[in-house]
Amino acid sequence: MNADAGAVAAALSHLPDYLAWHVLLSLSAIVLGVAISLPLAIFSARRPAWRAPALALAGIIQTIPSLALLALFYPMLLALSVFTQATFGFGFRALGFLPALAALTLYSMLPILRNTIAGLQGIDRAVMTAARGVGMTPLQSLRLVELPLAAPVILAGVRTAAVWVIGTATLSTPVGQTSLGNYIFAGLQTENWVFVLFGCVAAAALALLVDRLLALAEDGVVKRSSARLMASGIGLMLLVAASLWPLIGGAAGKPVVVGAKSFDEQYILGALIEDRLRAAGFATARRDGLGSTVIFDALAAGDIDVYVDYSGTVWADDMKRTDLPGRKAVLDQMAAWLKRTHGIAYAGPIGFENAYAFAMRGDTARKLGIRSLADLAAYAPRLKIGGDFEIFSRPEWRAVEHAYGLRFGTERQYQANFMYRAVAAGDVDVISAFSSDGRIAQYGLTILTDPKGALPPYDAVLLISPAHANDARLLAALKPLVGAIDLGAMQNANLLADTGKRAPEDIARALDAEIGRR
Amino acid sequence: MIELRDLTKEYGASVAAVYDLNLVVETGEFLVLVGPSGCGKTTTLTMINRLIDPTRGAVFIDGADVRASDPVHLRRHIGFVFQDVGLFPHMTVAENTGIALRLQGVGRGEVDERVNETLALVRLSPAEFRGRYPAALSGGQRQRVGVARALAAKPSIMLMDEPFGAIDPLIRDELSSDYRQIHDALGLTTVLVTHDMTEAFLLADRVALMRDGRLVQVGTPDELFAQPADDFVRMMIDSPRRRAQALGDAMRVGGAK
Repeated sequence: MNADAGAVAAALSHLPDYLAWHVLLSLSAIVLGVAISLPLAIFSARRPAWRAPALALAGIIQTIPSLALLALFYPMLLALSVFTQATFGFGFRALGFLPALAALTLYSMLPILRNTIAGLQGIDRAVMTAARGVGMTPLQSLRLVELPLAAPVILAGVRTAAVWVIGTATLSTPVGQTSLGNYIFAGLQTENWVFVLFGCVAAAALALLVDRLLALAEDGVVKRSSARLMASGIGLMLLVAASLWPLIGGAAGKPVVVGAKSFDEQYILGALIEDRLRAAGFATARRDGLGSTVIFDALAAGDIDVYVDYSGTVWADDMKRTDLPGRKAVLDQMAAWLKRTHGIAYAGPIGFENAYAFAMRGDTARKLGIRSLADLAAYAPRLKIGGDFEIFSRPEWRAVEHAYGLRFGTERQYQANFMYRAVAAGDVDVISAFSSDGRIAQYGLTILTDPKGALPPYDAVLLISPAHANDARLLAALKPLVGAIDLGAMQNANLLADTGKRAPEDIARALDAEIGRR
Repeated sequence: MIELRDLTKEYGASVAAVYDLNLVVETGEFLVLVGPSGCGKTTTLTMINRLIDPTRGAVFIDGADVRASDPVHLRRHIGFVFQDVGLFPHMTVAENTGIALRLQGVGRGEVDERVNETLALVRLSPAEFRGRYPAALSGGQRQRVGVARALAAKPSIMLMDEPFGAIDPLIRDELSSDYRQIHDALGLTTVLVTHDMTEAFLLADRVALMRDGRLVQVGTPDELFAQPADDFVRMMIDSPRRRAQALGDAMRVGGAK
């Protein structure tokens, strides 16, 4: 009960920031969506050759899963930014607001297009002829007759779009845009169900409120009641002003942006880095829940300024290396490569390794006599393997598959924290675990050895964006974190987060205090 | 004066065809275009104010080819009354009536004054009706507003497309005789389209009979009665008489009881 009350208090403390961004993002997307869709609909309403393709395109966009649509805009904008940088000498942030805005704007278009076209087509032909007959130009007919008559239907479309956009905006968290979705994604990772519920309720309440206010406007148009229109306008304005207030208040100074991937360890380390930077007097911002490829590109592009990656990930994903020259050589070559190709600074290792490690239930492993990946190969076709969302498309997996000739009967993908439970419950037999995860010990799992050395080392490393690569003050603030956290300390911290009893920020503070004592 | 010279509209997507039509409507005249549905009478009417443009031939108003004038300008100076009225449902009676003046940029005060005059002309009390929306009017009242909307900008020519066709018979007679009085009082030139021969004879100075896109005969009602050009004309002008006869018979039968 107490833990829940604490979680609600923690959730409330984020509300001004999350809500402000959520409202700003949704509002911008709806305004932009109306600005694009309305002229397009008016143009194509009486041109069948345009109408069908416009509606079909908007319909197709609607069928793309919203998360995928959001994710697709990051690489597109990144490429565009690189192009404008090279051609015109300016770039822009390809992460965060822009991709979210672009995707949500596209998403808002279908209902506005469809309703505007339907509204305009639904006007009595006699009225249209009369408009021409009394001597209206096509533009006058549109302004004085067609749009006013179609207004209720058009407004209903805007209303539908607004509800969709507000709901879908929660998915902009993984592309680095703060929204009410931060509650949901963080809560899902840390199994903080109070957070997940809080995010859902907040987004739903916002959508419902906007829906009611727009319904009032629609009613005002139908009943020609300026009082209703005014009440709706004032209500919407108050809502926007109140929610955007925190952004207007705190717009001073460009903050140092701390990035984090989408699992507990990253949230804890992100919070830890942010604490250190704040203590050193930096203004900070967080971009949590980023995908592991997205986050590296974001650092190179300066969309984020600092985050913790793992040497093996950079080695395989970004350097495209498949050879394994040893732990120390990997770190050295990685540092040189980062500096040379991206201008990224390598501030040093954190001290622990979070490697891909294949794990089984201890009892199963003993029963089958499996100790290493080599032992596993013979049983694999009869076994089920569970992995996170990335592993089966990663080079490490191909290397292991190839080195040991692994062919599993079934492959399943899980959210990282559900994966451990799945293997403990016997739903799958083997999982692609992470060596720093506290649940390996908690569930009594056995890590299979890698006698052929197919898996690269995964030292946690602190990376700094090109813009801050020579920022001595920032480097000094982060220096104490280098070599400061050993595997045991990280496993303990991760286990605390996994159980969902404490927020990553609390755990980060405890970890920081521990570092300070040493 | 309106002059139609070799006016032709070949089959289009949604209009009845008209072939080589020659007709002169004198200034101040009330001409009724009459004929069975699909004979091209509405097509002919709408070519006068360029709602439809002819395939061949031309329309001259007071000697000037209408193709030389901007269609929007032309329509603002010719009153048009539609069969299905076509009042703007989101505008009040006053706004509907004053729309042509507003489009010409006439000031608010002048529009108000003119709207009141025009509503009084079609026998609708301005005080009672100005603020009403079309949905709150009866069919007859709606078409009175339709006539007022056409008259408000003081046109000298009125085009009317079956204006009283959809209105119940009692009110139809009252409305059409009211309009004939307005036509005389204002010295208008009116072209009215109908398929009702009785209405044509009661209203017209001259009647123009059409069939299958061609003009069959033009003349005063007396001329048509005296010298029908062919069997079609004879049958058309006979129809009111046959109906009157049938009505008389029916009433005698009823009276004998």
